[in-house]
Amino acid sequence: MTATEASVRELTYGAAFTETLRQIMAEDHDVFVAGEDVGAAGGVFGSFTGLQREFGEMRVVDTPISEQAIVGLGTGAAVSGLRPVVDLMFMDFVLVAMDQIVNQAAKLKYMFGGNTSLPMTITTNAGAGLSAAAQHSQSLEALLCHIPGLKVVMPSNAHDVKGLLTASIRDDNPVVFVKHKRLLGQKSYCPEDLFEVPLGSASITRPGNDVTLVTYGRMVSESLKAASVLASEGIDVEVIDLRTLQPLDTETIVASVQRTNHCVVAHEAVRFGGLGAEIAAHIQEQAFDYLDAPVGRVGAPFSPVPFTPALESEYVPDAAGIADDVRAAVLRLG
Amino acid sequence: MEITAEVLVDLHHRMVRIRRFEEAAGALFENSEMPGFIHLYVGEEAVAAGVCATLRNDDQVGSTHRGHGHLVAKGGDLSRMMAELMGKATGYNHGKGGSMHICDLDLNMLGANGIVGGGIPIAVGAAFANKYRKSDTVAVVFFGDGATNIGAFHEAINMASALQLPAVFVCENNEYGEFTPRRDTMGVDDVVDRAAGYGIPGVVVDGMDVVAVFEAAAQAVARARGGQGPSFIEAKTYRFYNHHGVQTLGVKYRSDEEVARWRERDPIVLLEERLLALDVMTAEDIEAVHRQVQADVDAAVAFGKESPYPEPSALLEDVYTVGGVR
Repeated sequence: MTATEASVRELTYGAAFTETLRQIMAEDHDVFVAGEDVGAAGGVFGSFTGLQREFGEMRVVDTPISEQAIVGLGTGAAVSGLRPVVDLMFMDFVLVAMDQIVNQAAKLKYMFGGNTSLPMTITTNAGAGLSAAAQHSQSLEALLCHIPGLKVVMPSNAHDVKGLLTASIRDDNPVVFVKHKRLLGQKSYCPEDLFEVPLGSASITRPGNDVTLVTYGRMVSESLKAASVLASEGIDVEVIDLRTLQPLDTETIVASVQRTNHCVVAHEAVRFGGLGAEIAAHIQEQAFDYLDAPVGRVGAPFSPVPFTPALESEYVPDAAGIADDVRAAVLRLG
Repeated sequence: MEITAEVLVDLHHRMVRIRRFEEAAGALFENSEMPGFIHLYVGEEAVAAGVCATLRNDDQVGSTHRGHGHLVAKGGDLSRMMAELMGKATGYNHGKGGSMHICDLDLNMLGANGIVGGGIPIAVGAAFANKYRKSDTVAVVFFGDGATNIGAFHEAINMASALQLPAVFVCENNEYGEFTPRRDTMGVDDVVDRAAGYGIPGVVVDGMDVVAVFEAAAQAVARARGGQGPSFIEAKTYRFYNHHGVQTLGVKYRSDEEVARWRERDPIVLLEERLLALDVMTAEDIEAVHRQVQADVDAAVAFGKESPYPEPSALLEDVYTVGGVR
């Protein structure tokens, strides 16, 4: 992105989502939206504002509070040739619909011997930081990345919201599109016309030579902050924004680590069993001899998300914590 | 839809195809020539046949783990079915689904389903697509009495009612959820009582009487096709074999006397008595149908046996759609 482009057009992360959906619905009549409160109310976070008024009740469907039936509605409609976007208000509610997502949508194509496709996008909102407590704050992407048949996307900025949502809806597979609640109001560059960011391609947000910092979602901005601080200390950090978590762009990660010889992975999700573990495993398989230090992992501690701001701020990883782990990796002796 | 002689003959043919197919599949399973699980539809033929005879090709059918009968009744190819049950590359699902996931999307049979109740929300999604397209296509979903105890059923039937979708809910009440009597697992006398809670009209039919099933289904399907919303049919039926496999008698959870009592009301025998009484078919005609269907089933078994297994390279194919549907 150039400075000129940025001054031309900025949108919030949330507005980029709404605009993209409106543009796709205008060009493709097979696309419809269904979920709780998406119609007249425009969604709890305003993500669907104005869409029902523009496209009508049949294309923007207010559903009962029935997550299994919402995903089933999408699956059945997708098998019947439509291109549904179904919304599960909070990522925590994905768990309520897990049978329909994991046992049904993810596997139908394979179980049917390839004789169908399932162009469904499941949109949802993840992340802590709003004192929403343990059932409205989770980052559960690792659970979904473990399931063959699903794709998982977590954008960090308005541009990628647009490009990834377009690619997700046009993809012929079930894609879980995860927004971060605390990014919804963040403004950044976003082109007006529809475009695709291909699923499975990471971006190098900040090039650097000393250490590779792999991250995604809201931790991208925290990682960039950490990188600025570290730059003043003489540590040149390369920040990779994964953008898509399944399929994972291991090529970009490995190529970077082969140059920098150090790597730290940072995510908001619980560290144990998180994406960081998978990425570290890939690096030791494909770039072991290039490493000068163990791969560092930053993630939330092994506890539910706490309610009180006093504890939640301790829980969510931040730039200072990421910088500490990067220093530990780079300055390691031996 | 009128019950003409032609309809009766068609119903009989569909039922015999299911029975002969299932008996052959059961024998292969007993003989270890079929891997995995098998949930036979024998005894319940009147339900699938009676309902599917009221449907068009474009009407969708959602199914269950006891799903062979639904596919046969929808017009499924016996050879591709048998090959699938044997895990062969020529099967409907190229050997990747087996008995519990068998499907034919060209016939709009949306697949058997290994999760009890799991197919109900998907069928409701198909019904939504019909309404979305302003077509008069109807989605029918079969499920057992046990499935009405799972959350997906309640969410999906409520959704169909709230959105007034062209769906028909067909409960095959065979009185057992696996090995547990229905009466121990629900507080209503008839499963159909649940429909009222969702504002959906429901009827109980004798699931051993294919004509009764056909008449109820014709009415429910016409209602859905006419844009009047979903209906519920409870067909009281019985599975002659065990929940899984081919054992009939000597099981712990139901008495041999009960099995014998239900077997006296074999739905195919009941229909054949009627066909003879009405002079629609002669004993010779009936015998000829059985002979012809058995020959088709034997050919299907031979096809399955002769077919190759998938190549190991197929393992990672079709996890995702890449560049279109095959």
